[in-house]
Amino acid sequence: MSPDGAQDTAQQPLLTVENVSKKFGGILALSQVSLDVFPGEIIGIIGPNGSGKTTFVNAITGFVKPDAGKVTFKGKDITSQEPHKIADLGLTRTFQVMRPYYSLPAYKNLIVPLFSPRARRTGGWRGGGKMGSRDTVAVDILEEIGFERDSYVPYKVASSLPTGYLKRLELARCLALRPDLIICDEVFSGLSMSEMASMVPLIEKLQMEGMTLIMVEHRLRELFRLANRVMVLNFGCKIAEGTAQEVMEQSDVKEAYFGSEEVYEYV
Amino acid sequence: MDILIYGIINSVSLALMALGFTLVYGVSRLPNFAHGALYVLTGYMTWLFMNRLGLNYPLSILLSLVASACIGAAMYYFILVRVRGMPISEIIASYAIGLAILEGLRWGGLKGATFVLPPFIQGSTELFGVSVDFHRLVVVAAGIVLVAALWLFVNGTKIGLALKGMAQDERAALTLGIDSDRMAVIAMALGSMLAGLAALVLLPLGTIVVEAGYNVLIMAVAVCIVGGLGSWTGAVLASFLIGFAQILTVAYLGTHFQVVVALMAIIFTLIWRPSGLFGWQKELEERV
Amino acid sequence: MSVETRRKERIDRGIKVRSDGVYAISSWREMSYLMVPRLVFILGLLVLPLAFYYLPYWQRVISIICIYALLAISFDFLANYVGLVSLGGGFYVGVGAYIAALCNTKLGLSPLLTIPLSTVVGGAICTVLFLPCLPLRGVYFAIVSLMYPLLAARVIEALDIFGGTDGIFGVDPLPSGWVEQYILIVSVLLFAFGMRRIVDEDVGLVFRGVKDNDQAVKASGVNITTYKALGVFIASTMGCLGGACLVHIYMWAGLSQFALDFSIIPIAATVVGGGGTLIGPVIGSMILVPISELLRDFGTLRIAVYAVILTLFIVFKSEGIMNYATRKYEQFERWVEI
Ligand SMILES: Nc1ncnc2c1ncn2[C@@H]1O[C@H](COP(=O)(O)OP(=O)(O)OP(=O)(O)O)[C@@H](O)[C@H]1O
Ligand SMILES: [Mg+2]
Repeated sequence: MSPDGAQDTAQQPLLTVENVSKKFGGILALSQVSLDVFPGEIIGIIGPNGSGKTTFVNAITGFVKPDAGKVTFKGKDITSQEPHKIADLGLTRTFQVMRPYYSLPAYKNLIVPLFSPRARRTGGWRGGGKMGSRDTVAVDILEEIGFERDSYVPYKVASSLPTGYLKRLELARCLALRPDLIICDEVFSGLSMSEMASMVPLIEKLQMEGMTLIMVEHRLRELFRLANRVMVLNFGCKIAEGTAQEVMEQSDVKEAYFGSEEVYEYV
Repeated sequence: MDILIYGIINSVSLALMALGFTLVYGVSRLPNFAHGALYVLTGYMTWLFMNRLGLNYPLSILLSLVASACIGAAMYYFILVRVRGMPISEIIASYAIGLAILEGLRWGGLKGATFVLPPFIQGSTELFGVSVDFHRLVVVAAGIVLVAALWLFVNGTKIGLALKGMAQDERAALTLGIDSDRMAVIAMALGSMLAGLAALVLLPLGTIVVEAGYNVLIMAVAVCIVGGLGSWTGAVLASFLIGFAQILTVAYLGTHFQVVVALMAIIFTLIWRPSGLFGWQKELEERV
Repeated sequence: MSVETRRKERIDRGIKVRSDGVYAISSWREMSYLMVPRLVFILGLLVLPLAFYYLPYWQRVISIICIYALLAISFDFLANYVGLVSLGGGFYVGVGAYIAALCNTKLGLSPLLTIPLSTVVGGAICTVLFLPCLPLRGVYFAIVSLMYPLLAARVIEALDIFGGTDGIFGVDPLPSGWVEQYILIVSVLLFAFGMRRIVDEDVGLVFRGVKDNDQAVKASGVNITTYKALGVFIASTMGCLGGACLVHIYMWAGLSQFALDFSIIPIAATVVGGGGTLIGPVIGSMILVPISELLRDFGTLRIAVYAVILTLFIVFKSEGIMNYATRKYEQFERWVEI
């Protein structure tokens, strides 16, 4: 199953999603989607707009209660659990529509996750909360994610930050919790080329450190470089899964993306 | 039998009280907490026109309805429009206006004497062995006519359709060239007129008192919450549910419980199903 | 439409910038820039009872001001830092008042015991009663919270418990007017400055996170219901404290303690004084309550007056006095040509 063969197939998956379905009124946003995620992997999820990617993320993280199916994380059944309990287990996510605490300065945004029960147990990102004050750890995290430490940016009120920074703040909020699995819902979109150039190595570094990631993306070129496996959704159904090449060669994937500029632009 | 007949009458009264509130909320998402105040104010104005200016009953009714529509529109145009989009400020501002009207009335007008409006038709009759005032039958008739008229207005006239469009999707309506502020003014005027109409139909059954303003507000909120905010069919169904529940508790427990039932209904519905018992179509699931 | 050729620019005063960081303060001038407003406020409140020594009626008014100030701080905290707009301040007052009255008349506890007792127990009771509503937000929470005091009053009336419509008579007064006023003034100061501290602490940031965007707080592994409950507890504690003191001042607990006044005046005080400042509500109460006393002869007209003031402020000057004053104190303005 694993693309590079380096992984042990007998290994327990970190996250198992089995036949999850969700209906909104008449729209079948997800139908019988399954996915296994192994520790240390980066999984890419792609699909046209409205294909149910965000709904899939929501169903896993408890923000939407799936109508059917089962989600297991680290061997625990987390289907329809409260989102904060799921996050407490170490499965956290970013929001596609960014949700910073607009009235707080950027670094204060990270105080909430650093103050959460999980971070107080584990010390938060890199265990820093056990050593320094939360404010210092917050600025450390922001620096790592590309906020220039000595500039005023980490201290600016979130509502005045441009999109690129807010997207990274979303990711920083997840990191602060020291999770085992991060689901990124379109963290690359809205980033400039140079911001992107610093984000990709960051994700690679996270993976090297043993973090597991699921990345929902429209920017296929960067995603294909990062992802070990890719899942394709269309109209709420999983239409393909495999390595980037395998997936793009499938005819129905091409069809789902046919004429879509993204393919020409990014691949 | 009395429970059935009085239940129906009570339910229709509730529907009458709530229609204006639902209309305004449905169209412009504005919880008009001055609803009860407009109700009492219209009743009081009619009384003034009749007893101070010596106008006849129908003319007074007409004048005070027009006046209440104007007051409602002015309230939106001068005050509420400035806090649009801030739901809490909307509630506080409209509630404050309502309070100012009601407490102002209590201080400056409604005191001393008892204020009554004459019933439209005197006397009473027997229905299935239960004695019922003619006026209560008028209430039921008025309720039915009003709901039907509203339905026709909304589905049959251009303004009505525009209002309906706004109610369904304000932004889409904006792109179609519907002026949302103008529609909101119209909705407020209509809603206030409905509050006034309810007052004119219902007040002859009792006296005009300030407390009625608070009670009508509670009832209107109860009906709208139980029926699902902004849903008209829901509101009508809910008024029957609460109407009968009230008559039953009053029959078995005592009159004090009438408002308690409505308040309990609000609290339990909000806790149990915030989208209302009949708000099927609008799931309150927030987009994440 | 005329074309604006200039706009107002606001710039922090140098002294404000310099004294922002605690370590940068280097002169008495800068110290006093920071301290004087606070000292004036604290000392001003503390000497108020002395200033009105010969006017016992107005000393009573000071106590009432403090009670409304407590309620207003509680409203401000819940609305602007936890995101729960509670229109039912009267409920907290009523609960505190009835508990204090019952403890005093039935158990014979002294006022100095009943006040702290009903503060804590009342806070706990209010929190438990509000628990089911905590998932609600915005308008929905506002509506339910508005219904709570109404319901409480009607239930007491309908079931004829706790003295029914007559209320509970024969509650002991506080030992002396001084005790009464200083208990209240000190509580107001403690709560006002204490809450200002708390909202800048890490816990406070979680509260503010819940207000700004609860989904992100959930995604950070924090149970928002816990924090909302904690917020309601803190807020209702203040209300119950006010209610308990009120009962001992009037020596009577009754349905009017669930009344509208306790719900609407604190909101007006917060809006007038400046929401989100936690000091503004105190200033607002100091303005509005005396107006109410002056209007006492006109009966309910005073509620109408508040309502009008409230409407005007919320519509035309929603930042309130305190925010306005802070801005003037910390920044200067100038017109710049565009
Ligand atoms: N809360 C909701 N209520 C009703 N319908 C919803 C809700 N959330 C999503 N949908 C619908 O479900 C479908 C899938 O939406 P989803 O947001 O999951 O798509 P997506 O793949 O994330 O799209 P995009 O690439 O634009 O982010 C869409 O048709 C959307 O309108
Ligand atoms: Mg999406």
